[in-house]
Amino acid sequence: MNFIVNILIGIVEEGLMYALLAMGMYITYSILDFPDLSVDGTFPLGAVLTGVLILHGVNPWLCLLISFAAGMLAGTLTGLMNVKLKIIPLLCGIIMYTAMLSVNLVIIRTGTNGGAIASFFTKKTVFNSVPASVIPERIGGFYLRTVIISLILVIVCKVLVDLYLKTKNGLLLRATGDNEKYAVMLGKDPGSMKIFGLALGNGFAALAGSVIAQNKGSADQQMGIGMVVLGLASVIIGLSIFKRVKLLKGTTMVILGSLIYKASYQIVLELGLPTEWNNFIKAVIFLIALVIGGDQIHKLVRGLLKRPRKEGENVRAE
Amino acid sequence: MLELNNVCKVFNAGTVDENRLFDNFSLSVSEGEFISVIGSNGSGKTTLLNIICGTMRPDSGKVLFGSADITYAPEYKRARRIGRVLQDPKMGTCGSLSILENMALAENKNKRYSLGRAVNKQREEYFKSLLESCGMGLENRLGVLAGSLSGGQRQALALIIATMTDIDLLILDEHTAALDPKSSETLMEITQRVVTEKKLTTLMVTHNLRFAVDYGTRLVMMHSGEAVMDISGDKKRELHIEDILGKFNEISIECGN
Repeated sequence: MNFIVNILIGIVEEGLMYALLAMGMYITYSILDFPDLSVDGTFPLGAVLTGVLILHGVNPWLCLLISFAAGMLAGTLTGLMNVKLKIIPLLCGIIMYTAMLSVNLVIIRTGTNGGAIASFFTKKTVFNSVPASVIPERIGGFYLRTVIISLILVIVCKVLVDLYLKTKNGLLLRATGDNEKYAVMLGKDPGSMKIFGLALGNGFAALAGSVIAQNKGSADQQMGIGMVVLGLASVIIGLSIFKRVKLLKGTTMVILGSLIYKASYQIVLELGLPTEWNNFIKAVIFLIALVIGGDQIHKLVRGLLKRPRKEGENVRAE
Repeated sequence: MLELNNVCKVFNAGTVDENRLFDNFSLSVSEGEFISVIGSNGSGKTTLLNIICGTMRPDSGKVLFGSADITYAPEYKRARRIGRVLQDPKMGTCGSLSILENMALAENKNKRYSLGRAVNKQREEYFKSLLESCGMGLENRLGVLAGSLSGGQRQALALIIATMTDIDLLILDEHTAALDPKSSETLMEITQRVVTEKKLTTLMVTHNLRFAVDYGTRLVMMHSGEAVMDISGDKKRELHIEDILGKFNEISIECGN
């Protein structure tokens, strides 16, 4: 019994933390129609930045904000490549991810005097300092704290995203993703909205990296592997399973998608597959998500290869 | 108000498919005019609109708007003073937003898209009154997604959206072409009413000769990058479809239609 409870807690904990990443990918992939591969680089950016900062005594809550900001900066660069240099989303992501491999390594080397991993098990994180420490150890202790803090973070982010999507700016972002020409006709540069959306998406990816690093008590470059696949799978699972549920918001769907993803991942591991196979499982779950996702595969491929619009250039004569 | 001076535009320059569409093309549009533009396929109608709106740049020549030279101004900046309805009903509205959200978004055109709430309940009555004037029953469906409307309804909404804020020029790019005859008819009536009410300078490209004759204060027939017919004033008022049919058939046959 205890065994099953522990699995369930594991699913909820990690599922909630990865839901922050899924929320970011919901903004880029679903709203903006820009499948963003750069999160494989921006997720660990948040993680290593947090690791290094915590080692230097920075407040763990402040680390969340700093990671979010750093992610936004990286996302802005991805956006600029697409909007200003007219590079398709697929390549923007690959370029950004490759560049981030070095950036993350430099951060971690500089912050740990040449190390490749930042360990801060004994330091204060959002999971063991105030307000989490208010929850007494004996009533579930560590697990309960993790679940509650993750839940609070996810709910706060979800509410903020939902509120944002109802503002004038949020509506313009949705319109830009749906129909760029419409944004143009409203007198707005769709490029700047795209850049902002990508900044937001990568902000959430880095935030997720920061939270997960704080939960593990360590951070390294490897944490980014498979994040694109994990995030996209969560979004696609959530949106395709719950698309018929009328009152459910997109953000709720992807949070549930993330939990379902984590559950399936956990079940396979519990069946006895060695942990070396974890990335293989990620790939297979993503594949299944694409198959059950129906039209999503077309949306994904179309989005990845979408050629950015060039101002003043149109080849068709009519 | 709007002037195209010696505009040149070559497509696929330097290839075997080179097409010199505009060679020193000029057009002058005065304030308050409602111009219908007709012409065969490939005559340059749509290119003309694209050059005015900035979707396309001319190779040489100037586009003057009011007193400003907008030849190289980006499309989105020109859009602040130009309203547009395109041929594809999907383009003029955002399908994944409700009618109400679409209208709230459009009403905010040329203002800051801030973090304030987009939908203001107090504006609903005003939006309803705009929709009511179309006579399509859209006023009772504010919460419906624009993507679920029929082509005709969606174009009517696009027209309302394009003319909601203060604009100097309305561009209609074959905006009835994707609709069935009945809906086209209704949309043209709505168009006429909006244009008259707001005294809008309008440029309408159409494939429908009867619309071109029945509506508008001036008619321009285009053929291979030139205005082969330009009728306005009393002559336009007395114009019958038979008067232009001969000329139209002549140019259509020439380009193989």
